[in-house]
Amino acid sequence: MAPILEIKNLYKNYGSLNILKDVNVSIGSGDFLVLVGPSGCGKSTLLNCIAGLEPISGGSIEIGGQDMTHVSPKDRNIAMVFQSYALYPTMTVAKNITFGMKVRGVEKAEQDIKLAEVARQLQIEPLLSRRPAQLSGGQRQRVAMGRALVRDPKLFLFDEPLSNLDAKLRVEMRTEIKKLHQNLGASMVYVTHDQIEAMTLATKIVVMKGGVVQQIGTPAEIYSKPANLFVADFMGSPAMNLIPAKAKKNGSGYNVIIERAGGEPLVLHEKRTKKLPANVVVGLRPEDIGDAQYRKGRDLHVSSCQVDVVEPAGADTFVLMSLGGKEVTARLHAETGATPGKEIEFAFDMKKLSYFDADTGDRLELQ
Amino acid sequence: MTDDIHSTSQTNMIGKLALRWGLYILLCLFALYYLMPLFVMVTTSLKSLDEIRTGSLVALPRDVTFAAWGTAWSSACTGIQCEGLRPYFWNSVLLAVPAVLISTLIGAINGYVIAKWRFKGANLIFSLMLFGCFIPFQVVLLPMARMLGLMGMAGSITGLIFVHVVYGIGFTTLFFRNYYVTIPTELVKAAKVDGAGFFRILWEIFLPLSLPIIVVTIIWQFTQIWNDFLFGVSFSQAGTQPVTVALNNIVNSTTGVKEYNVDMASAIIAALPTLVVYVVAGKYFIRGLTAGSVKG
Repeated sequence: MAPILEIKNLYKNYGSLNILKDVNVSIGSGDFLVLVGPSGCGKSTLLNCIAGLEPISGGSIEIGGQDMTHVSPKDRNIAMVFQSYALYPTMTVAKNITFGMKVRGVEKAEQDIKLAEVARQLQIEPLLSRRPAQLSGGQRQRVAMGRALVRDPKLFLFDEPLSNLDAKLRVEMRTEIKKLHQNLGASMVYVTHDQIEAMTLATKIVVMKGGVVQQIGTPAEIYSKPANLFVADFMGSPAMNLIPAKAKKNGSGYNVIIERAGGEPLVLHEKRTKKLPANVVVGLRPEDIGDAQYRKGRDLHVSSCQVDVVEPAGADTFVLMSLGGKEVTARLHAETGATPGKEIEFAFDMKKLSYFDADTGDRLELQ
Repeated sequence: MTDDIHSTSQTNMIGKLALRWGLYILLCLFALYYLMPLFVMVTTSLKSLDEIRTGSLVALPRDVTFAAWGTAWSSACTGIQCEGLRPYFWNSVLLAVPAVLISTLIGAINGYVIAKWRFKGANLIFSLMLFGCFIPFQVVLLPMARMLGLMGMAGSITGLIFVHVVYGIGFTTLFFRNYYVTIPTELVKAAKVDGAGFFRILWEIFLPLSLPIIVVTIIWQFTQIWNDFLFGVSFSQAGTQPVTVALNNIVNSTTGVKEYNVDMASAIIAALPTLVVYVVAGKYFIRGLTAGSVKG
């Protein structure tokens, strides 16, 4: 089946300023694509380009198998939800939702049917005669979604729709958007700077930085196999531990040597690869460093390290130590016996180690 | 000790009270000073000529008579014609109403374009328009007269409307542009995705939001155009003079005795429409200035 959205070699310049460089993205029907990155990475610009609200400087955009590169927004078969909701202030909720249909000359009876359907779906029936100023943040959010839903487009675009809500409501709405996606089976493109939102919602994530796509993949791929140091550091909370180390050939594998201040270096034996450069950065998620007394398995490397800080967080306890001159976080069992200043045994999950080139920052594939 | 504090706070109280009352008295004096001319105008217009000659300037009228008002309206002489202010008053209405509406509408469109449909050179054009606000009218009298002549509008009310529209656009554009930059651009984007075009977005989304600034613009433009004398006297002829020019002529053409009561009544009549506009629209004016931040 043809992809719903296909972006090829997209460039966007403002004068001599490069905003987007050679972006290639493709999603299939029913995909939930999340564009994520720090502010100024070009993710919102990319969304505006997809919507046709910003002209592009090079490349092409196809939506639903049709070339839409130079088509105006209204003919792209898209609907968009904005960060500020962009509800029309002088119109009632009902008029806001039906405005698009009215503009397109849809018959009044059909407008009413669709309005009722969307209002029921989003549970905003009691609000239909109110104006946006009389609604709470969450209600405005729903109305903005209603305005998009009622159009029944090929592609939904969301521009940081949750960033104006308070923390609790944000989590609720996140779940609701996810449900909506599952129920409708619609294709969506969603922009956020929040990597947790990206992980929870996406079927496919695009991580961007400085207008360049860093990695495209499923949330699991991005999380466990980040393409470079930037992605490794940006995705996940707490962030992945990135520890400078030296690699030395040892038999069929490598010894990865991590310096420790005032102690023996930590030596991990990596069997999975025949080739590593001398200087590497080891990437390991906090949950891949465990409490030796609770974790058992074949691919664990157990070593004793000194605990610097203990941060209980309810379900888990985060323990900070110092390895290779970096602060390293381990996610331990809540009932861990770790105390600051004392040594305990940590289990490093050797299957989960990622390696990055210390010079380029790129991921080193193991072979 | 406690007595000390007590007496200090008491002195403070008295000081504050004295300050407050002093302020009020001063303000009242200013208000009186400001209202005095209006008081003299109104009372004088209600007196007969005899009474004006014999009585004091600030005295209340002994016999209230509206004769001077009647004369001012329908039979006072402006030069050789003696038809009063009436025909000129209607000239002013015919001139001000279209000129205000047209310049406001063009200002709304200009402001909307400059604020929300950015194009190359938009800032330059806006700066030039602002520059136009500050050009003294005297500078443009001759070129404008020549231009009106070329366009065949010399001496006509249409010509005057044209002049006022041209000179109003700078201000009206400024008003609307400044109002529209506070409205989030995402509204335009949302409407574009919804399928609305340039004029529909203006008409159905921006204009309904603009009531406060429309009122401000109308008051400003109406006051400017109604009170204008220079353009009126320069670009009109016998039948097309606005009320300000006629007022000047009434006051300046005396036959024998100077009819102060008619002069005063004429002046009040000429100023009345702008007063009415303020009284009627004033509350929207204030409301407009305070409720400017209409956020979605």
